[in-house]
Amino acid sequence: MRSPHEAARSASSAHAFAGTPISTLITHSTYLSMRSIRALVRQPVFLVITLVQPMVWLLLFGALFRSVVRIPGFAGGASFLEFLTPGVVAMTALFSAMWAGTVYIDDMQRGVMDRLLASPVRRGAMMNGTLVYQSLTSVVQTAIVLAVAVLAGARFHGGVVGVVVTLACACLLTVVCAALSNAIALMARQQEALIGISQFLSLPMTFLSSAIMDPSLAPGWIRDCARFNPLDWAVVASREALLGSPDWSAVWPRLAALVALAAVMAAAATRTFGSYQRSI
Amino acid sequence: MTSTSTSGYAVEADDLRKAYRTGRGRQPVHALDGLGFAVEPGTVYGLLGPNGAGKSTTVRILSTLSRADSGRAWVAGADVGADPDAVRHRIGLVSQRPSSDPMATGRENLVLAARIQGLGRADARARAGRLLDRFGIADAADRLVRTWSGGMARKLDVAIGLVHRPQVLFLDEPTTGLDPEARAEMWAEVGRLAGDDRMTVLLTTHYLDEADRLAHRLAIIESGRVAVEGTPEQLKSELRGDLLQVELDLEESAARAAGIVGTVAGVTSVLHEGRTVRARTDAGARVVPVVVAVLGEAGIEVASATVARPSLEDVYLRHAGRSFESTDTLEEVSA
Repeated sequence: MRSPHEAARSASSAHAFAGTPISTLITHSTYLSMRSIRALVRQPVFLVITLVQPMVWLLLFGALFRSVVRIPGFAGGASFLEFLTPGVVAMTALFSAMWAGTVYIDDMQRGVMDRLLASPVRRGAMMNGTLVYQSLTSVVQTAIVLAVAVLAGARFHGGVVGVVVTLACACLLTVVCAALSNAIALMARQQEALIGISQFLSLPMTFLSSAIMDPSLAPGWIRDCARFNPLDWAVVASREALLGSPDWSAVWPRLAALVALAAVMAAAATRTFGSYQRSI
Repeated sequence: MTSTSTSGYAVEADDLRKAYRTGRGRQPVHALDGLGFAVEPGTVYGLLGPNGAGKSTTVRILSTLSRADSGRAWVAGADVGADPDAVRHRIGLVSQRPSSDPMATGRENLVLAARIQGLGRADARARAGRLLDRFGIADAADRLVRTWSGGMARKLDVAIGLVHRPQVLFLDEPTTGLDPEARAEMWAEVGRLAGDDRMTVLLTTHYLDEADRLAHRLAIIESGRVAVEGTPEQLKSELRGDLLQVELDLEESAARAAGIVGTVAGVTSVLHEGRTVRARTDAGARVVPVVVAVLGEAGIEVASATVARPSLEDVYLRHAGRSFESTDTLEEVSA
């Protein structure tokens, strides 16, 4: 029989874990992001499905309500399509990211979650893997929404900087919402509960913002709610940045708030792995 | 307190307790109630018991997924509560449910698992290739796992658990849901793990024949405790005599029949369940006509009466106080 010291030695020498905790976190995050990206590349139809809803908002809703810009007091410019596009970008990020947790629930229902949690993979890497993947998805979606808007006649004078800010806002909003979705998944552990809670949050977040309507025409309490709504931060920041001469003082504070909230949400969501493990 | 075990066991659990809350105002369920056992390195150890006995909870605690409320455990020399990271490098976990990613190929699943365990790219690919060959799933290696059969996917689960050459492999009900052929192949593979690979395997199962066949030692788990522990042979030989089993025509007469059988010389430990009366006997086959006769005198119709050598089923019956398949309808009759 081996002595425990021999056993411990052979364990540490077998495949000693190379690297610092940070480099391990980064490599593990990369492996797990790649896993999701590979799955998406194999089934690009899922990406197409997530674009159906934004196209409906952009093209149908945009056409139906094009006259709202003529309402006295509408301060969002002369083209409703141009006004609406940043809203649709943010809504697309929100609605896609709110589904992020379904991957965890699939992994829980199979033994994948348990296997990963019983392996040396860092919890932060498991969270980052899905957040990076969701962000990349959001970049593709945002690019497509912007391209379709331009094809439909919208013109954005903010140029490359405006587009970059819009992509950044979409990614940060995605991280906030995907982290929330993952946390709900880890605590509720049921697909139905996750979908229910996500839908319960998504539409109010959309309507309590300037995504589809100029808030100066909305009741005051909606404007008050919008001030605390990360979706509105993303919409206002990217809408402003896409203008010809943006008021950057409206962009940076919101972008900074999104960065801070994304970091807090990702860290908090990582902690919910503990809640999941206590429940099993 | 040290976080390193000095006992030399590959797995050691001491007085583990775990309760789950079931809701507001309800009593917590005690999944583990002072469970303890120890496993020698390089052996297959079976945890045997019905669903809900605490087998999976034990595996979850030992594999660092879950924490015990109290008690301590060491796996491959490391304390699961104090040093879970050390444990995670030294164990493989094959959980009850399929644990591969269906949207990746078999090879991708293995390479990812190996990379997470710290193997370099070339090592990971080489190791994946060897395991695919060893488990006979190389032909399907580059197809998505969702197209694989259940038996092949189960082999992949085990291969994933072995990718980093763990010292201790947890196999949680490895053959549940497999067809007989796949099950036989899995049994042969588990045998090789402890034999050729000198690996310690902790196997949970609710199949008695599986535990009998694979485990060097086993513990029968009942209500979160070890009801009895030993080699399958020890457990079977500990039972005195043979098993007498009498099938009656009518269930209603079972209780009365059990009372009557208990009065026959050389018959002990009488139990009845449904239309069946079971008892132990030192007298071998000679007791059968006697039992049939006394039951006949009492007006109880006997459908069949048999005597058999004890099996693990009987060990289970004796120690868990109920038969393995049925858990509801048993009443003990004092003989």
